[in-house]
Amino acid sequence: MPNLQDLRRRVRAVKNMRQITKAMKMVSAARLRRAQERVTAARPYTNKMMQILGNAARRAPEYTDPLLSGHHRETETESILLVVVTADKGLCGGFNTNLTKAAQDFLRKNDHNRVELVMIGRKGFDFFRRRAAAIRREHLNITGSGKVKNEDVIKITGQLIADFMSEDKPVDTIYLLYNEFKSALSQRPVVERLLPIGRIDDGATEPAESGDYLYEQPPSEIYGQLLPKLVENQIYHALLESVASELGARMTAMESASKNATEVIDRLTLNMNRVRQAAITREIIEVVSGAEAQ
Amino acid sequence: MAEKIKLEVVTPERLVLSELVDEVVVPGLGGELGILPNHTALISQLKTGILTYRTGTEKRLMHVSGGFAEVLPDQVSVMSDVAERSEEIDLDRAQRALERAEKRIAQNGGDFDFDRAELKLQRAMIRIQLAAKGQG
Repeated sequence: MPNLQDLRRRVRAVKNMRQITKAMKMVSAARLRRAQERVTAARPYTNKMMQILGNAARRAPEYTDPLLSGHHRETETESILLVVVTADKGLCGGFNTNLTKAAQDFLRKNDHNRVELVMIGRKGFDFFRRRAAAIRREHLNITGSGKVKNEDVIKITGQLIADFMSEDKPVDTIYLLYNEFKSALSQRPVVERLLPIGRIDDGATEPAESGDYLYEQPPSEIYGQLLPKLVENQIYHALLESVASELGARMTAMESASKNATEVIDRLTLNMNRVRQAAITREIIEVVSGAEAQ
Repeated sequence: MAEKIKLEVVTPERLVLSELVDEVVVPGLGGELGILPNHTALISQLKTGILTYRTGTEKRLMHVSGGFAEVLPDQVSVMSDVAERSEEIDLDRAQRALERAEKRIAQNGGDFDFDRAELKLQRAMIRIQLAAKGQG
């Protein structure tokens, strides 16, 4: 039978833990709300860009760009970059595990191609570093503060586009893997193609009623300038979604951790009371049998 | 007929500004573009510079860097990588950034990212200009 002192100590320890998990849950919930606001705040920019892009695309249909259509090389093995967006921190349930699993699935499916990884986030980087995967580059602590800086996005995108366009070792396709934010309770890893972009489709096929713009620069130039921005936007969006998912996952994980802690405390307290009661009973028996013996 | 222009400035991070104004001057790639209500529809690339807008007699300044401006008769939409109102600019930080950028350009030879440093330099200079104007 465990002694009373140990049980008390354990109850206290679990209570402390519950306090921490509760606090983390609250913090995540508050940050999650802000992260969701950020996703909404990014929408006007995306809409505007798609609108201008769609317009420019219609005005310059003959414009070609490797970013749009790819390289058209005759090779047997494709060279692929997979950008994996994980969290920098743990304690968020299956968030990172789901991603690394999805990434491993992707690698398995593409084992006839040459796949290299670009890791965003420490957790995924640590995971694949230990497994001797081909990591081309890593970006750590980008999403650490729960914010996404445009500067970082521009840098990451610049490097990816440079990889894609590189003269001696061009990359054929770049995919993006991140956790999509479905709700605070559920996140789903998704794989999106980042480059080549493919055909621009903004939904509106008829020339917009304000169709005829005066172009200060030729439409094709504006088109070309906008394409990297489109990629930037996609990455930015993925990072925002990932941050929101991470916070959602952490909130849920901490919620159930707090619940579990409460259960453990209840069980330990019950146990503790039983032990205490047993001790009291034993003492009474001792006193009574001592009195009888006299 | 529109008598005012709806000026909207968006960056990837947020909607910076949405206001009804009388006149906008944007730093186009080929030079400054002054826009009054009922301007022809137009699209232009922007360079790092100062965007000015006027409501009545009140003139306000804003720092924008890169991106595009879309002009419609009653609306101007600016999408830029960076956009700050003059009162949001931290002068000290801009000054430090200026020094850093100057040093980097002075010290380094060929193999570093000259464009980036140059852009940083430009931004810092515009910010300082703006902050000086805003406070002076």
